[in-house]
Amino acid sequence: MRSSGGSKSRLRGPRMVNRYQHYYVLLFSIILLGILVTGALQFWPHHIDEEEYDFMLRSNIPVREVVIPTDAPVAEKSDQSCTFHSCFDVYHCGYNDDSRISIYIYPVTKYLDESGVPLTLGFSQEFSELLQTVADSVYYTSEPDRACLFLPPLDLLNQNNLRLKESAQILTSLQSWNHGTNHLLFNMLPGNMPDFNTALDVHRGKAVLAGGGFSTWSYRRTYDVAIPVFSPLAAATDLPEGDSQEERTWLLMSAQVGLHVEYIEDLMKARQNQPRFIILQQCAGIYNMTDRCTQEGNTALEYPQVLQESEFCLVIRTSRLGQLTLSDAMKAGCVPVIVADSFILPFSEVIDWKRAAIVVAEDNLSTVNEVVRAISRDSLLQMRRQVRHLYASYFSSIRAITLTALQIINDRVFPYTARKYEEWNEPPSMIPVQNPLFLPIKPPQSTGFTAVILTYDRLESLFLIIQRVAQVPSLAKVLVVWNNQQKTPPPAAEWPKINKPLKVVQTRHNKLSNRFYPYDEIETEAILALDDDILMLTSDEVEFGYEVWREFPDRLVGFPSRVHLWDNSTHKWRYESEWTSAISMVLTGAAFHHKYYSYVYTNSLPGNIKTWVDDMINCEDIAMNFLIANLTGKASIKVAPRQKFKCPECPNLAMISADQKAHMVERSECVNRFVEIYGTMPLQSVEFRADPVLYKTEVAQEIKLFKDLGAL
Amino acid sequence: MLEFDSHVSPKQRREFSSFSNRNCRMETCFELSKCKYGFKVYVYPNTQDKMSSKYSEILTALRQSRYHTTNPEEACLFVPAIDTLDRDKLSAEYIQNMESKIQSLPYWNDGLNHIIFNLYPGTWPHYDETDLGFNTGKAMLAKASVSDMWFRPNFDISFPLFHKEHKFKGGEPGFLTENLVPPLRSYTLSFKGKRYLTGIGSETRNSLYHIHNDDDIVMLTTCKHGKSWKDMKDDRCERDNAEYEKYDYKILLHNSTFCLVPRGRRLGSYRFLEALQAACIPVFLSNNWVLPFSEVIDWNQAAIWGDERLLLQIPSIVRSIRHADLLALRQQTQFLWETYFSSIDKIVATTLEIIKDRIFPQSSHSKQVWNSLPGTLAVLPEYSATLADYPFYSSLPQTQEFTAVIYATSKTVMVSSPLYRLIKTVSKSPSVHQIIVLWHSDAPMPTDVRWPVPTNINVTFKTIATISMRFYPFEEIKTDAVLSLDEDVTPVTDEVDFAFHVWKHFEDRIVGYPARNHYWDESTSHWAYSSKWSNDYSMVLTGAAFYHRYYGYLYSHSLSASLIEMVNNLNNCEDILFNMLVSHFNKKPPIKIGLRRFYKEATASETEQISRWFDAEHFHQRHFCVHYFADSFGYMPLVRSSIRLDPILFKDPVSILRKKYRQMEGVS
Repeated sequence: MRSSGGSKSRLRGPRMVNRYQHYYVLLFSIILLGILVTGALQFWPHHIDEEEYDFMLRSNIPVREVVIPTDAPVAEKSDQSCTFHSCFDVYHCGYNDDSRISIYIYPVTKYLDESGVPLTLGFSQEFSELLQTVADSVYYTSEPDRACLFLPPLDLLNQNNLRLKESAQILTSLQSWNHGTNHLLFNMLPGNMPDFNTALDVHRGKAVLAGGGFSTWSYRRTYDVAIPVFSPLAAATDLPEGDSQEERTWLLMSAQVGLHVEYIEDLMKARQNQPRFIILQQCAGIYNMTDRCTQEGNTALEYPQVLQESEFCLVIRTSRLGQLTLSDAMKAGCVPVIVADSFILPFSEVIDWKRAAIVVAEDNLSTVNEVVRAISRDSLLQMRRQVRHLYASYFSSIRAITLTALQIINDRVFPYTARKYEEWNEPPSMIPVQNPLFLPIKPPQSTGFTAVILTYDRLESLFLIIQRVAQVPSLAKVLVVWNNQQKTPPPAAEWPKINKPLKVVQTRHNKLSNRFYPYDEIETEAILALDDDILMLTSDEVEFGYEVWREFPDRLVGFPSRVHLWDNSTHKWRYESEWTSAISMVLTGAAFHHKYYSYVYTNSLPGNIKTWVDDMINCEDIAMNFLIANLTGKASIKVAPRQKFKCPECPNLAMISADQKAHMVERSECVNRFVEIYGTMPLQSVEFRADPVLYKTEVAQEIKLFKDLGAL
Repeated sequence: MLEFDSHVSPKQRREFSSFSNRNCRMETCFELSKCKYGFKVYVYPNTQDKMSSKYSEILTALRQSRYHTTNPEEACLFVPAIDTLDRDKLSAEYIQNMESKIQSLPYWNDGLNHIIFNLYPGTWPHYDETDLGFNTGKAMLAKASVSDMWFRPNFDISFPLFHKEHKFKGGEPGFLTENLVPPLRSYTLSFKGKRYLTGIGSETRNSLYHIHNDDDIVMLTTCKHGKSWKDMKDDRCERDNAEYEKYDYKILLHNSTFCLVPRGRRLGSYRFLEALQAACIPVFLSNNWVLPFSEVIDWNQAAIWGDERLLLQIPSIVRSIRHADLLALRQQTQFLWETYFSSIDKIVATTLEIIKDRIFPQSSHSKQVWNSLPGTLAVLPEYSATLADYPFYSSLPQTQEFTAVIYATSKTVMVSSPLYRLIKTVSKSPSVHQIIVLWHSDAPMPTDVRWPVPTNINVTFKTIATISMRFYPFEEIKTDAVLSLDEDVTPVTDEVDFAFHVWKHFEDRIVGYPARNHYWDESTSHWAYSSKWSNDYSMVLTGAAFYHRYYGYLYSHSLSASLIEMVNNLNNCEDILFNMLVSHFNKKPPIKIGLRRFYKEATASETEQISRWFDAEHFHQRHFCVHYFADSFGYMPLVRSSIRLDPILFKDPVSILRKKYRQMEGVS
């Protein structure tokens, strides 16, 4: 890298002279300088190729030419006090069903000065891609009257390529400019020699700036969007992901060129006696952006490939705060160590950088190795995974960057539909289980539970069970689900008289899923699902079951249990009802669950589980066990010893009939099918059950709250 | 805007201090080097000036904080002991001559590394949020009602506005007791409060009548306040006042799905915390307000942003929220209320954690930790940078092995000693990683005992000086799971294995055998301790229980020194304190398993000691401890449970061959 002092004096010369006469000379110097300063070939201007622009062709307008007079008005200076609420016009973004902003792209225009000389260099590859991305996105609108945002046809990505005053004149000439309100400008390389402001110097009024390299002073919270500096080199280089656990040669690497000598001194200090810290610089001779050399060695190392050999990569500020190295390191799966005081990290409004990068104060650069060495291997691997996810989702292409910026603005305009932290930060496959009932509250006993009894035509047994369950102290209401369309329920007078409310709902179809419908008549959180022939449960047993549910209101709490086992011979899951010492499911012939799960069962069971269950007339209970285990990551709870709903003495059940075998096969089929639909086996096997605290203890019977837990 | 020459040395640039204080950032107005002794907070001594009770409580909370230091030389953060909460000149609590009082603080140094707390800036008629009546210099402001215009990001702290009645410690619980489905309450959206007719901020509340429908959206405002309201009243006042009287605020609060939080004269209003506590999802109508602690709290998970400019859209927005989201938003209000807002000491602790996270970014809390249970105050980041090392973030079993930590107080160890047998029993468990004996005795540690354990299991002795050290998370403990044992308990190996199995599914709880209870003693109006047989329990003693190693870390590093000292002096109650600590953070009861309680009567004769459990004095101390600790937490953190977990088929009349934990069948 040439000494920047030299470049500076070279630039000062032409600047003193009349700018217009020397425009091309100046432009060339600026571009050359830009390459030197940013250290990469990027944002080369190229000519508009009309074929590339679908959005232009769609609007069927040929490229316009507009002459900007020398004395045309210049846009007002950027309004630094702008906030979302004070400057952003929300009236045109409106309330709509999709909660989505719309963005209009001005027709592509060639801006000329009075003598017909173009005022701009045309679009860079990157800006073309950006426009195309917007035009192809769901946000695009071709009608300026319906637009929330406006995108000017002016490539501002690299300030090195711009004529500041003329750019500001072009902006004011835009039809809907209106002081820049709701105009979105994209810029990645702000500032110019020698000062390098941290935001685009073009006067831009109230326009929103999606900028790379903001500092905490230039960035307007709630208003601007901090974007990364796109690295064409990283995007174009194939850096295959290695083993996610791999240990890399170097712990820490600095591979930036053009660092200030003070930083280099600090780095040298930090490297002392640190054999796993390597500093790479430009190779002697002609500068080549894809080569790096150690201070001693002269063998050129390939950049950015070499970044893959280090666990952590330094990203130190140079003239600008936004650094290509950040994207390069991320692409290489190298965890960035960012040393740039006051830098607003890209997309930090939504990205949790603590999980993907380390920020070190510039003052502490000389002790950076201590910080890095203190990070455990586990944390490093997690950060690397996160770095890869962030790069792929938000950094890897102009498209990704553009859409992320638009999504952030969308989230501001419609905060109530904003993407959640997890959606922004977790790789889609890693979004953790979010228990819908995550708050540890114990529902009050006084509310009680609703017994929901599914019945078809077993009136005698139904009436008996209504009377039995009415004895349970915490019962709040009985709801009978009459699943028989041929017969109407008996008149009110014939139903048993109980001291709790009794309601009957009649269903339209005889479906098993009706038992899990979230009827309005259910006014309690707790539902006791009951078959109409479950007569053996004692009042104490049910009351205790409710007690257990109150302690685990997010789980399925039942009595007889079942378990799933992996069958090594068939490579399939097997449903097992044998008396094992593990359980993973409870039967819903009598089980407590939260009403929310009825709501989920009815409205959002994955795949075709619901219709499958209704068609098979079986496995609704397995489906409920799967549903809850999948939402919570927790096991169902078995209450007390009972293992069977039917009396053990009953002869037809004592032996294993052919029917029962077929039944087991069908149930196993259900388990395997559900695993397929969920893409995972959500059930958890546990070896415990819930008993009353004094169960089987040798204390006086009268002390015990739940005496009669019934037989097996 | 800052402009600098890129050829200026970066060091010079950093030292370049022409920033106005208006632009303060941590990099420019805070001296990090003062924090080299760690995060230490110094509070100036109180002065003769009057002080509001709330400011005095803030100072008390700071002085009780584990970050507090009495030595200004090692302090990282300084807090003036002059009440700056109310800077409204018209207020009775306004302190005169603040400028000179602040300037004369011995370490003021233009406010460097100082923090100023403020609830009410400015006064009538402009309520200028920047007007504190004195120059705050480079001090950070922890201030209520800040706006985006003046807020210095990552430097100031947006502070919650709370009532004069706000609790100092413990705090009131949230109102949510059940998650009803569908999660709709009688009113969709409500508000009841004053409106100001004219002047700053009045337009917001003056417009609310537009969305009032006297049905599910109830917007009630009154003009009736202040002396001269009648002179200023507009033509709606009479009607509004009449409507206002029709509804009771408390009833609205409890029965509304959403509560509007519109700005008043200032941006923040009391409505916010009231709604949060009531599990009434806040709907903000206060443009440019920087929400309390929004540097770390993701309010989108607990509240809805309205826009004053789009008032008429609010009804359709709140109606469009999906039921599943309502359920989550509502639970989140309760988590945030109880974790960060319900008491002054939580608000202060939260403020300190935010600042500490900025100063020590390497050991700071992630957004995830801030916004999910159990919250930041339960997570000491120095313990580990990996969330999986904490007991809160996974419901799936992670651990395969445990470390047995045996607390020993005897004089000698012989082959006949209970300790010898205990080690033998524990070592038979296939999951034991190693055994550590904590030797709390004047007698020398036994050195030449040959332990009856397999060769791959290590038995280590460590001398400890205090009873609290039994929970210390020693480096030697390599597993998350710790099996805490008294030397004289007599479990069978199956009991150990079963307890471990259960614990793996409840990593965030204490899981063990000896259960105890607490109760409110009406006669003495004190909390009391009970070891009687009962149908429920709230503690599982650490004489035979599993817990997560992190809780040992919390016990050793988060509790106030005075509590630990008391336990050590009594040589008692460490287990009670441990239970309270765990329930304080996880809000859940411990889990009792199996039949046995491991009473010490069986061992008393063997060791020829009078077991301390029967010592009346000992028992009396435990009553005292329960009450004292609850007082110190500010509330009773213990939670009761009425269930016990047993092995499947436990004591069932089926063949023993079917049972997995067979030894448990025999013991009683």
